[in-house]
Amino acid sequence: MAMTKKRYHRRGAKALTYTALLGPFALLFALFQLAPVLWVVINSFIYDGELTLDNYRAIWDSAFTLQSFYNSLWLSLISSLIGLIIALLLVNSLRRVDCRLRRMVISFINMSSNFSGVPLAFAFIIILGVNGSITLLLRSIGLVEEFDLYSKWGLLAIYTYFQIPLAVLLLYPAFDALKDEWQEAAQLLGASMLQYVRKVALPVLTPAIIGTFVILIANAMGAYASVYALTSGNYNVITIRIAALVSGDIFLEPNLAAAISVLLMLIMAVIVMINYTLLNRSRYAKKQ
Amino acid sequence: MQKSNNLICHRIIIGIIVLIMVLPLVATLLYSLSTRWGATILPDGLTLHWYIDLLSDPRFLWSFARSILVCAAGLALCIVVMIPVIFIVFYSLPGLKKVFNFIVVLPFAVPPVVSSVGLLQLYSDGFLPISGTFWILIFTYFTIVIPFVYRSMANSFAAVSLHDLMDAARLLGASTPQAFFKCVLPNLKKGILSAVFISFSILIGEFVFANILVGTRFETLQIYLYNTRQVSGHFTSALVIFYFAFIFLLTFIASRLGNHK
Repeated sequence: MAMTKKRYHRRGAKALTYTALLGPFALLFALFQLAPVLWVVINSFIYDGELTLDNYRAIWDSAFTLQSFYNSLWLSLISSLIGLIIALLLVNSLRRVDCRLRRMVISFINMSSNFSGVPLAFAFIIILGVNGSITLLLRSIGLVEEFDLYSKWGLLAIYTYFQIPLAVLLLYPAFDALKDEWQEAAQLLGASMLQYVRKVALPVLTPAIIGTFVILIANAMGAYASVYALTSGNYNVITIRIAALVSGDIFLEPNLAAAISVLLMLIMAVIVMINYTLLNRSRYAKKQ
Repeated sequence: MQKSNNLICHRIIIGIIVLIMVLPLVATLLYSLSTRWGATILPDGLTLHWYIDLLSDPRFLWSFARSILVCAAGLALCIVVMIPVIFIVFYSLPGLKKVFNFIVVLPFAVPPVVSSVGLLQLYSDGFLPISGTFWILIFTYFTIVIPFVYRSMANSFAAVSLHDLMDAARLLGASTPQAFFKCVLPNLKKGILSAVFISFSILIGEFVFANILVGTRFETLQIYLYNTRQVSGHFTSALVIFYFAFIFLLTFIASRLGNHK
């Protein structure tokens, strides 16, 4: 009897210690990470105090909001694709050169991964703005007539710029899986470079490439600071739309912002799901 | 012969890509050092004038101090709260590791703009009206750095054999808290320090929460940078270069700490 009581007591003390140590984290995480997301999800279904789908209908009916989805998806997909290709080229070449150069480039890339948002937008205005040095250079060579940094091509340039370091840092470790001997073996067996890339290198790298691509898309879809700083919030992408609906000067519609936010998170979830299915398929292919 | 040709080819590819990545930085640096750079490809003359202007602007110095304060507070809060959590997870409740692997990806899955929609409504009034003050920044910055702090601390915990260390200390008569503070914590110093520098460079660059939740009511470095965009391009460039030099210093220290593990 006394024994069990003591054990109970001890178990109670243990539970108390766990609560005391885990509690502060759980509380802060719930208040500032979970609660905001929950608020967004619940309120996206509320309009004028009633449970309804009106917010979602409003998105569907507004060509302006739909355009923001189109713009965000376009920028994310294209910038992720270009960033990925450039990163693949760079990482592939990095593995072929001496160690010192490689280490220098990687630490530079690591640093430039912090060069994003407002400071990056200003740097772009300096070089690619109306009187930017690169714009002038290109114009004097005659390559371009007019380059509008504040259009979708300018935004594509800045998005691609901040995708490259991220892609390089994510892909670099994956290339360790490729053994140099494989290329020699393939060559000895009479495979061309293209065949080696298609039949050996790409299948091995596929999981890393898909994973990186998904992270790049999520990164671009959530990007806000660079667009905001470059266009003062005048270019229509999802994040700018959401922010304008909760903190703009004209009219605030937090519940509509919530509905757009839910759709944004859904798109990201779908992309992650596609990633998983593709990953599983590529593993299956490897097993065969 | 073909191999050396290939090597040159790879060097050229690296050179071109690095050049593209360096270009915005070099141009900003040149712009910040030039007297006037109008409609020409290269600047007219060089000066340090813009840096002197910047460093003698009290508004800049205050915003920098505010940034340091709020980032340090958020980060310190995260580290203090996370240390006991990670200890419990690794020492007594390893089943929670799976939960935490999920928790640490959540801040990535939810873009800050989405969080700020909910935060703005929840904390503008009601039981905790902290929206628009630096308190909301401290708590949101806490959520931003959770993944980085957890990852680097978890790596150090995995590197030391936690149970052996605790058993040995207890065998020598230490209580569990004593064993933790005297034997385990010193082993985590490097992991925590590198987490500090990485997290700090991320938080200093944070703009979304600062802009939407607080704005000019508590002007951080990023908000100041955005608000001074109309002053002068040269002045803004000096500010960007100053900012980047600061980030450079932080990442440099972080990589140094990482190498000497």
